[in-house]
Amino acid sequence: MDKSQNEKIMQVKNLKMYFPITRGLLRRKVADIKAVDDISFDIKKHETLGLVGESGCGKTTTGRCILRLYQPTSGSIIFSGIDISKVPERKIIEHRRDMGVIFQDPFGSLNPRQSAGSIVGDPLKVHHMAYGKELKKRVIELFEIVGLDPSMMDRVPHEFSGGQRQRIGIARALACSPSLIVCDEPISALDVSIQAQIINLLEELQEKLGLTYLFIAHDLAVVQHISDRVAVMYLGRIMELTDSSELYDNPLHPYTKALLSAIPIPDPDAEKTRTRIVLKGEVPSPVNPPPGCHFHPRCSLAIKECSQARPPLRDVGNEHYVACIRV
Amino acid sequence: MVLLDVQNIKTYFHTEYGLVKAADGVSFQVNRGEIIGLVGESGCGKSVSILSVMQLITSPPGEKAGGKVIFEGKDLLQYTANGPEMRAIRGSKITMIFQEPMTSLNPVLTIARQLTETLELHLDMDKGAARERAIELLKMVGVPDASRRIDDYPHQFSGGMRQRVMIAMALSCNPMIIFADEPTTAVDVTTQAQLLELMKDLVTRLDTSLVIVTHNLGVVARYAERIYVMYAGRIIESGLSEVIFNHPRHPYTVGLLNSVPKLGEKHGERKLIPIYGIPPNLINMPPTCAFLPRCTEKIGRCAKEPWPELRSVGKDHYISCYVDIKGK
Repeated sequence: MDKSQNEKIMQVKNLKMYFPITRGLLRRKVADIKAVDDISFDIKKHETLGLVGESGCGKTTTGRCILRLYQPTSGSIIFSGIDISKVPERKIIEHRRDMGVIFQDPFGSLNPRQSAGSIVGDPLKVHHMAYGKELKKRVIELFEIVGLDPSMMDRVPHEFSGGQRQRIGIARALACSPSLIVCDEPISALDVSIQAQIINLLEELQEKLGLTYLFIAHDLAVVQHISDRVAVMYLGRIMELTDSSELYDNPLHPYTKALLSAIPIPDPDAEKTRTRIVLKGEVPSPVNPPPGCHFHPRCSLAIKECSQARPPLRDVGNEHYVACIRV
Repeated sequence: MVLLDVQNIKTYFHTEYGLVKAADGVSFQVNRGEIIGLVGESGCGKSVSILSVMQLITSPPGEKAGGKVIFEGKDLLQYTANGPEMRAIRGSKITMIFQEPMTSLNPVLTIARQLTETLELHLDMDKGAARERAIELLKMVGVPDASRRIDDYPHQFSGGMRQRVMIAMALSCNPMIIFADEPTTAVDVTTQAQLLELMKDLVTRLDTSLVIVTHNLGVVARYAERIYVMYAGRIIESGLSEVIFNHPRHPYTVGLLNSVPKLGEKHGERKLIPIYGIPPNLINMPPTCAFLPRCTEKIGRCAKEPWPELRSVGKDHYISCYVDIKGK
């Protein structure tokens, strides 16, 4: 794996995803939910980019825009040299072959009436990549890759445990040999003792198959463990983006600092020495976000200028990006 | 001083597939003013254990199959679940905070109505006094504009605010013990930090004991003084928080600690060591140790003899295992 090239697999520029709120008989638009509000980032080849934030911050919406499951309001998503946000609906399937997705809920994301083998084989059929014997061979291969017994191919999802079901989801995501996989909270529905099995599997697969991950999760400890770089989102915007160890050792944005300090570490000795920043209030609504910096009403460093203009995401050195005028 | 002494409680469920021993001989003590943690994965019986203490398990299918809960010199399990003695304690001297603040508040009653109910019932307050006390409680748990918001309905509150209302309700009758069942699982981490700091602050100030039931090892490490680790309906290790985290002696506890990523570890620094296999199905369990199929430390004796009782391996440190691993 050669990471020195820094070759970009995806470039997201000024991505916006607004969901309209409509009222009345004529479905008049009265407001927008600004789920993703003008964000830009790159994903480098063979890396894991973590996307972390609290519920409602727009991390899942970002993932879905990248997969073109949503048509973004504006902005561009350049994947393998093509802006997939402009590709017409009927042609998008050709580009989606190269992307996989693993969903959070291993119960809801698998058809309960379909056999595991057929679930895993479906993407191959949809993309006309394999049929008949060849399809079966590939499905067996996929089962083996993710550590499932191919003899269980004919069973239906409810016969599997949560961890095994997530493995089926992973096998399905790998079916078309994609280069980029969007992992949307892939472990948060699993038991603590099973989570590590899935994290290790994802890491091994990345090594073996040279995959690139966009890893979306709310658990910063997990994100930090698996990611090379991490982007912290708050109310539809990226607040900070940097190398995962730099984010922990040298967090710059006040929100990142608060987020880090809010996460309890399973080590009582370390806990005694940590400073805790308890944020006041709650996350405002994305329908009517605060002006200027979205975080300023809860920020301890906020000054008058913070409420006047949106702080740009600027590089403070070594590809450490932060959107704050106070640091 | 031991406030609550839970001895060997057993709660079984009779299901159409067989007998489920959800709590199979669970014992723990709660001392005055301390915070203890009951940790385990889903289905390990941690919620059932505290619901059994409160006698909130419906029967059938649940069955009180034995044990004692000694509180103020009396065995609570001798009382009938809905008898006057139990009702006088539940919600007053021993209270609960539930996980899901959306479903544990009644959606068609105002917050005022739900908060004053316990005050009128247990403390014999009249309507006016109860309302004043309720507003005071809401202020104490940090609900802004409490005197106006008290007349709102639960859906008008956010998740974090609803959980604050639950905390206010649990504190309303100056309880001696609060059981918090996964109190912050449904909320975001910054809200979790707000709520836990608030709870810790309040119980310290009011000298109340707090039992936090959770699967989050970080939460117990941060707040609990003593910890009980559960697996498949039993307590398999117990001790002081520092001892359990620094010198775990049961293979399951060791496995659990090795399998979670810790914040601050560099990317790629440590590979997680998962516990292989899956948690057991509790229906018709064999008499041997339930962790046996997943255990990496097992010896010949484990498969032949029944699940061992808790034994002391240090000061206030107990494990239920034939093997004793020292250090990590």
